[in-house]
Amino acid sequence: MTDDKPLILLIEDEPQMRRFLRVSLQSQGYRLIEAENGQDGLTQVASRKPAVILLDLGLPDMDGLEVTEKLREWTTTPIIIISAREQERDKVRALDAGADDYLTKPFGADELLARIRVSLRHLARQESGQEEVIFDSGTLKVDFSKRQVLRNGDEVHLTPIEYSLLTVLIRHADKVVTHAQLLREVWGPRHANQVQYLRVYMAQLRQKLEDDPARPVYFLNEPGIGYRFRSSD
Amino acid sequence: MADQRPDPDVLLKEIQQQEQRQQQGRLKIFFGAAPGVGKTYAMLEAAWQQKLDGRDVVVALVETHGRFETDSLLSGLEMLPRAQMEYRGVTLSELDLDALLNRKPDLALVDELAHSNAPDCRHKKRWQDVFELLAAGIDVYTTLNVQHLESLGDVVAQVTGVVVHETLPDSVLDRADEIELVDLPPDALLQRLKEGKVYVAELAEKARENFFRTGNLLALRELALRRTAERVDAQMESYRRAQGVQEVWPTAERILVCIGANPRSIRLIRTAKRMAVGLRAEWLAVSVEAPVKVRPTEQDLLQLAEHMQLAESLGAEIVTLSGHRVSEELLSYARSRNVTRIIIGKPTHPRWKDRLFGSVLDEVVRGSGEIDIYVITGETGEIEPRPIAKPSGQQPVNLRHWLLSVGNVALFSGIAALMHPHFTLVDLAMVYLLGIMLTASRLDRGPTLLATLLSVAAFNFLFIPPLYTFTVEDVRYFVTFAVMFTVAFVISRLTWRVREQAERARQRERRTAALYHLSRELAHVEGRERLSAIAIRHLSEVFSCQAVILVPDDQGTLTPPSTGRHTFALNQKERGVAQWAFEHRQRAGLGADTLPGAKALYLPLIAAAKTIGVVGLLPGLATEPFTPEQIHALESFANQTAMALERAFLAEESQRALLKIETEALRNTLLSSVSHDLRTPLAAITGAGTTLLQSEKLLDAENRKELVQTIVEESEHLNRIIRNVLDMTRLESGAIKINREWQSLEEIVGAVTNRMAGQFQMHPLQIRLSADLPLIPCDELLIEQVMRNLLENALKYSPEGTDIILSATVKDLEVLVTVADRGPGVPPEESERIFEKFVRGKQAGGGAGLGLAICQGIVAAHGGRIWVDNLPQGGCAFTFTLPISQEPPSIEEEAEEILT
Repeated sequence: MTDDKPLILLIEDEPQMRRFLRVSLQSQGYRLIEAENGQDGLTQVASRKPAVILLDLGLPDMDGLEVTEKLREWTTTPIIIISAREQERDKVRALDAGADDYLTKPFGADELLARIRVSLRHLARQESGQEEVIFDSGTLKVDFSKRQVLRNGDEVHLTPIEYSLLTVLIRHADKVVTHAQLLREVWGPRHANQVQYLRVYMAQLRQKLEDDPARPVYFLNEPGIGYRFRSSD
Repeated sequence: MADQRPDPDVLLKEIQQQEQRQQQGRLKIFFGAAPGVGKTYAMLEAAWQQKLDGRDVVVALVETHGRFETDSLLSGLEMLPRAQMEYRGVTLSELDLDALLNRKPDLALVDELAHSNAPDCRHKKRWQDVFELLAAGIDVYTTLNVQHLESLGDVVAQVTGVVVHETLPDSVLDRADEIELVDLPPDALLQRLKEGKVYVAELAEKARENFFRTGNLLALRELALRRTAERVDAQMESYRRAQGVQEVWPTAERILVCIGANPRSIRLIRTAKRMAVGLRAEWLAVSVEAPVKVRPTEQDLLQLAEHMQLAESLGAEIVTLSGHRVSEELLSYARSRNVTRIIIGKPTHPRWKDRLFGSVLDEVVRGSGEIDIYVITGETGEIEPRPIAKPSGQQPVNLRHWLLSVGNVALFSGIAALMHPHFTLVDLAMVYLLGIMLTASRLDRGPTLLATLLSVAAFNFLFIPPLYTFTVEDVRYFVTFAVMFTVAFVISRLTWRVREQAERARQRERRTAALYHLSRELAHVEGRERLSAIAIRHLSEVFSCQAVILVPDDQGTLTPPSTGRHTFALNQKERGVAQWAFEHRQRAGLGADTLPGAKALYLPLIAAAKTIGVVGLLPGLATEPFTPEQIHALESFANQTAMALERAFLAEESQRALLKIETEALRNTLLSSVSHDLRTPLAAITGAGTTLLQSEKLLDAENRKELVQTIVEESEHLNRIIRNVLDMTRLESGAIKINREWQSLEEIVGAVTNRMAGQFQMHPLQIRLSADLPLIPCDELLIEQVMRNLLENALKYSPEGTDIILSATVKDLEVLVTVADRGPGVPPEESERIFEKFVRGKQAGGGAGLGLAICQGIVAAHGGRIWVDNLPQGGCAFTFTLPISQEPPSIEEEAEEILT
């Protein structure tokens, strides 16, 4: 095993879940360290400095939200939440507290690997300190330097809010962005509860940029949580 | 013989009492004739004996009065510190009841049972403290002198000339489990007094002059001995009854004592009590309200209230009658209650009064028939039950009444003057009488009397020759005047009396009607909050007070509901009083015996099974306590409320039980229904997995993939079933909360199609959303669930290659969402039933039959409807509606503002 393979920390108390994740992650060439509880997890983050953290919400000693908050006090290491279905609320809270993405049990290995890939990509971009100047997925092209949006080669006129919504989503491409996060970044903290703003502007964006707004390709709705902008892959 | 057998009810009562006593502490009273006979000493000795037997003994409060022998017995016993109370600048040390209850010894020594506590203590009297200790299961030793017994108070005063202020009800003595008579011959006591063993020297001399005279001591000793003997007698009887020993049963006697505001009524009450005890009879204390010549003063009313309270505390049933004739009311009531003896005071007023106005006593005696009448002498003055009139509404006679009365006379003088030329003087006198009668019917007594006098004067002045003078020529006219005056006076009195009685009857009527209204209104209402609100409204209206109803939480601590219009807020202290009333099932607070320092009165709401809570009543005039009569009425209100609340509690409980049964039933059905559905995919997964494990090498790549595919698909299937089962249980148990937000239907559809993307290869999904869909207030996750279930359903029943159509339109104030398929459709008779739980279609490929039931539950929770139609071209369409009752939020302008 070489050091350049990304190190992933799995904080999860259920052995069968750890077993499944160990096999699938190692087969994909990731290095894996494991923690059975929150406290151990926090220590390992500090000592081993993993590239990505997989964090189960239902831990025996502290809840995932608490772990997320503690981590976010000092590190920006991507955190992917693993939650059961009835933990909807905790999930959103953890995301709002700074977790990067989530997976709902049961999930497939493909989903897991995709999330990790996205996180690593964002991490790399963050570390290089370079923002992309042009987003291009084929049918949709956004030139941030010119503030220009092209759909199938034709320029589309966006209002300032639509544009800023689009940039926030593209900046977090392929990651879930919670309603509160979007509202805060686009409208400011005073509007953090007014989801109806989002509904209206997202509808307008889809109208302008999607071929079939009812079957969106880019602007995916994650009910109860937020939106995910899907780039080409 | 049947009548030799003890009455089962009586026996049961005694057994119950015994059982109750067993849980309670035991009370032992060291009973003596006078201070200094050695009660405290005897008590301490007995306590030492107990301590040596290994019991936990605490001296809660013992007064040694500096007696050396007693002091020496105290050392070595655990002493409880006393509570220090500040009262009018004097520090009083009192029994620390709470400390003692916390300490909870086996046995507590509490000296001087008849002591009155400092005003800030919880109870007025120490014996109430002791009862609370007993209730807490603590045994108590205490001391008591005979002169402190309520029923003997006046006898003691008579014998010794000393009025005893600190008295306690005889029932306290009756409650004692054991009484030890501490007896010392008077000579020995006086000797002890001389030696300074009773009081310290300087006090001793004074005491000997006043109280400790041989004659006094002899009398007191006899009283104490007799009282103890009476008790032994009662115990004996109780024993006999329990054992079924035949004895001469006393005839059923019932005694009625007639009392009033006169202080001598106290003597009547005590006499009645003694007689009742002697005869083992029930007794009633009765006061009669009647219109009287003299309006009773506030003082009189208070006095009467006190007498009633005294009688009640001595065990009498108290009754207030009202009527025009005291004697008639008394006798008819006595007959209705089968009273055998009436005790009444001896009249002392001059005889001519009786001649003139009739004597109540005489009437009672004459009308008594088979009832024995006991006429008891008062020491001085009259004892005749002085009727008590309640102040009636129009108390202050205002100037207007006087003017009206003069005006009336003037008016009728005018009429008489007009008639004068044509009628005789007698007719004119009649006109005046008419005027007086009208005056009396409207105005008070004073103005009526004035009208009477003025009428006579005016008649004389205007019509009797010589005219326009008050002189009278003919002596005959004096007779006319006298007759006129007398007739006028009697008429005015009668009229006034009728009015007064009507007024009182109206008051009584009002109260009865109020109680009736309360119970009727309570009967028609469900739910605790509403019942409480009604009770509070009635109480506050009828008694012009503020009321609050407190019910206990799970820990038994009273919690006041949110304050409303007629209620008041309770501070910590008031809440403590309420809590006490609740725990001891006794009234407490203002006007009660316990914690009278409180601002409000607290009555426990006692229902058949348990104490429901407490009602607190704050009188309109903050410091004016309720009268005993009002408290009685309040208690009947409280009873009504308690019964209604208990009904509500029971209803709630049975509702909960029903819900529990339903949930239980649902769970059982779920388990039995689901276990089969779970096993099928599990079997497939296990099969595929083990095959892969065991014969990995034998399988080619294609077969291996096939097996893995099976595992994945069946797992997803399993996940779906479990999701539905969980949703169903959560929906049924109410654990799912509808989280309404403004949602775009298009987005929800987008989320569903995204999530189910892989499943539509065989069944192309057409989406037709009308362009004018507004934002709708709904729970995104739940509506997504509904759409998914409907689409999954459609996928399951549709033949391969046919379209599934998802459409949404707005109609009136609803959004209609339809999922149509080209499947076999739903038989019309099934179209209702398929939304029930565990009902599935004929070709169902698995599933618990919950999908549609969940849809139904979610849609209903949103206030919408769901139904199925068969389509003419084949297949069926499931449609659900979501109401858009609210105006959608307008955000466009606001957003533009932020833009610029």
